Amino acid sequence: MLHNLSIGALADRLAARQISSVELTRHFLARIERFNPSLNALITLTAEQALASAAAADRRLTAGERGRLLGIPLIHKDIFCTDGVRTSCGSRILDNFIAPYDATVVTRLKAAGAVMLGKANMDEFAMGSSNETSFYGPVRNPWDTTRVPGGSSGGSAAAMGARLASFCTGTDTGGSIRQPAALTGVTGIKPTYGRVSRYGMVAFASSLDQAGVLARTAADAAAVLKVMAGFDPKDSTSVDAPVPDYPALLEEPLKGLRIGLLREFFDGLEARNAALIEEALGVFRSLGADTMEVSLPHLPLSVPTYYVVAPAECSSNLSRFDGVRYGYRCAQPKDLIDLYRRSRGEGFGAEVKRRIMTGTYVLSAGYYDAYYLKAQKVRRLITDDFRAAYQKVDLLIGPTTPTPAFAIGAKIDDPVTMYLNDIYTIGANLAGLPGMSVPCGFIDGLPMGLQMIGPHFSEARLLGAAHQFQRATRWHEQIPGGYE
Amino acid sequence: MADWEVVIGLEIHAQLATKSKIFSGSATAYGAEPNTQANLVDLAYPGVLPVFNAEALRMAVKFGLAIGASIARRSIFARKNYFYPDLPKGYQISQYEQPVVGKGSLAVVLDDGVIKTVGVTRAHLEEDAGKSLHEGLANSSFIDLNRAGTPLLEIVSEPDMRSAKEAVAYMKKIHTLVRYLEICDGNMQEGSFRCDANVSVRPRGANKFGTRAEIKNLNSFRFLEKAIQHEVVRQIELIESGGKVVQETRLYDSDKNETRSMRSKEEANDYRYFPDPDLLPVEMDQEFIESVRATLPELPDDKAARFARDFGLSAYDAGVLCASRELGGYFESLAQALGSVHAKLAANWVMGELSSALNRDNVEISASRVSAADLSALLGRIVDGTISGKIAKDVFEAMWSEGKTADAIIEARGLRQITDAGAIESVIDAVIAANPTQLADYRAGKDKLFGFFVGQVMKATGGKANPAQLNDLLKSKLAGS
Repeated sequence: MLHNLSIGALADRLAARQISSVELTRHFLARIERFNPSLNALITLTAEQALASAAAADRRLTAGERGRLLGIPLIHKDIFCTDGVRTSCGSRILDNFIAPYDATVVTRLKAAGAVMLGKANMDEFAMGSSNETSFYGPVRNPWDTTRVPGGSSGGSAAAMGARLASFCTGTDTGGSIRQPAALTGVTGIKPTYGRVSRYGMVAFASSLDQAGVLARTAADAAAVLKVMAGFDPKDSTSVDAPVPDYPALLEEPLKGLRIGLLREFFDGLEARNAALIEEALGVFRSLGADTMEVSLPHLPLSVPTYYVVAPAECSSNLSRFDGVRYGYRCAQPKDLIDLYRRSRGEGFGAEVKRRIMTGTYVLSAGYYDAYYLKAQKVRRLITDDFRAAYQKVDLLIGPTTPTPAFAIGAKIDDPVTMYLNDIYTIGANLAGLPGMSVPCGFIDGLPMGLQMIGPHFSEARLLGAAHQFQRATRWHEQIPGGYE
Repeated sequence: MADWEVVIGLEIHAQLATKSKIFSGSATAYGAEPNTQANLVDLAYPGVLPVFNAEALRMAVKFGLAIGASIARRSIFARKNYFYPDLPKGYQISQYEQPVVGKGSLAVVLDDGVIKTVGVTRAHLEEDAGKSLHEGLANSSFIDLNRAGTPLLEIVSEPDMRSAKEAVAYMKKIHTLVRYLEICDGNMQEGSFRCDANVSVRPRGANKFGTRAEIKNLNSFRFLEKAIQHEVVRQIELIESGGKVVQETRLYDSDKNETRSMRSKEEANDYRYFPDPDLLPVEMDQEFIESVRATLPELPDDKAARFARDFGLSAYDAGVLCASRELGGYFESLAQALGSVHAKLAANWVMGELSSALNRDNVEISASRVSAADLSALLGRIVDGTISGKIAKDVFEAMWSEGKTADAIIEARGLRQITDAGAIESVIDAVIAANPTQLADYRAGKDKLFGFFVGQVMKATGGKANPAQLNDLLKSKLAGS
């Protein structure tokens, strides 16, 4: 079936005109129509626009133009601004917001001829690890619809798991691509901070946010990242460095690759989870890699550090949602203060408010040094730990999440327990490193992810390692029952 | 009244004359239709990001070099967080802990000729906010975001000034400097150049500062002077009647000539400054600094010193002529055309007739209706004795209003000075003959009547008699010789 074909295989068929982009688009639209009502993976469907884009892609293909993503259907996380299409960020406060421009990521994929099917559900403003904080309701995990898909790119992950598109975009501030990718059995990559432009991506925590891909395989992710990555003069934090030809580098031999096991990730790790990682390490060893244990002593401080830095930045980033220029405005405000209080009070959900308050607190006079400044210092120590580790190894490996997908409602009332879901993923964001999650097995019938974290700008190596792992394993080919 | 000492520090906001905004590509021109110069970045749409305009950095560095300040090789933009409708992002991007310009200083010449050095603590880059319009609107306000994101250089002085006059002299000096550097148009009506004044008083001789009040948004030299004067009286009266000055922000009401409280320290916002994660630290090398230094024009103090030296002007006159680059340029080309021995004449005319005509008709020197070359031709006619200084003033007015050359007006109106002794003598004779009584009185010792006779001769010659010749001839005729 078309939805189980790789981007490369689809591109070949499109190029050979064995199928048309319109047919492919209709195929995915039909799957969305069939599966989305139970998954709630999409907030907005853009069927008409998709068919028009597909027809345009077909014209380009007929005219002889070739491109890996030309005519390939995708779903954008609803955090990316899409010209003329609602960009809600999963929030009531942007429920009525039609973006007047395209994010750079959207522009690049559009130019490559990828076809947007719709916008994926997500935790409100990307704040959450379960996709339960969305104004549009929770997303359900295709592996078990009573469970969460993870978050914040939960809609993208569920859509990928259910094969509702060839690939999905996501963003990762503390694990928001890798954690849901693990919990839905798909491949996710969060590139190096600065690799992909943040322009047009609604900001959560500017120094941590990074756009990436959720896909069936590492090879597909490589094809997409090749298009998304690159310097953007509109984003001062994007890095002006050449983009490697990721798909061409997938076969770089792993012989002699030094893989480090993150000792801190194995402290208290559930035995079945640890066994899956061990098994994966065996695969890498069989591919010629060397494995050794390494320690990052400050890594256990990641979660508290993150929950100071990220809320601080979000408290400021979300100030623009004030009911004045766009978005939700409360009915009949009495005065300016009332306008602010009620527009924001009614427009934001509980988790967003919690983080705005936390962030406001840690930046306040008298607390700044004790919290924000201290957190920045710890962040530096964590970054230094990673740097030291990469003197000894080429990649670090560990679990993506402590547990498989949990039940909807299980953790939503306990923020600290919820925050601990990101315990393994946050470090890469704090240090700005690229990280991936690839399927590595099942616990109780639910998919689990293997996480790989590399040095800055080592995406090619990560994708290559993941690709060769996927050639040696079948975990990524597993599809939840009913979605085959 | 006890002997009080006034302590003043100023925070001057100079809008930098960049073509586009500091973090977006929108134009900065003044006076456009509301919200036509605000793009998605200025409107703080979701997902947009700031990109720093390097031209603003060049301008800030130019200022720093001009006041001999240290230039930070690395400076950082921070966010100053507060809610207001004319601040679309909910934060202002400003330099906080690491400004681009560090300590410098400036020499200010006071009215009495005393030179005072005022310290500049720092100067930092930031973005301006938009404008809220409340006037004439019932129950609503409008926002104009054209100004939002216009680059500002905030120049913070040390509390070095001791009177309103000193504060005005300092602000004028900065005003002159930023226009010399062509980094700010200095237009105060349009708000391109404005200041906040921190004012406190203390008993003379005390070594601790008194509690200060900050008077916001003063956009004229006169308002600055009056606001400080008023605030000083208010604070002294308050203390002398047993009260205490509270630290607060005050607004000056120019209609009522008073300041009133805006908000107290307790009500002040906690701005929660932190480094802006959307912008990288601003870094520059010595090469960049030197490339900016190479663009520095002759600075006002240097030009004034040169004028005093080369043209033999007083320090005061030289200072006045260097108040703007254009005025200095005008004077210099005039003085050169006329010859530096006549520089004093040129200076008097530029500061006198020319300045008053410019002021009267509200014309910039660059648009003067009488060019330096034309004025030089006129003054040349005084120097060569063709006309008197008095007639020259009439010719100047005619040049100003009719736009003709001095010679054309002198010829057309027959204003050429009478230097023929015989011609002057015959007029004197006729005047003496017509006024026998005055002649007798004069000869009886009423010396003051000399002026009467000068006036009569001038009247009869239409003011054209050469004054020096007239003087000599009249004296001898009246004496009866």
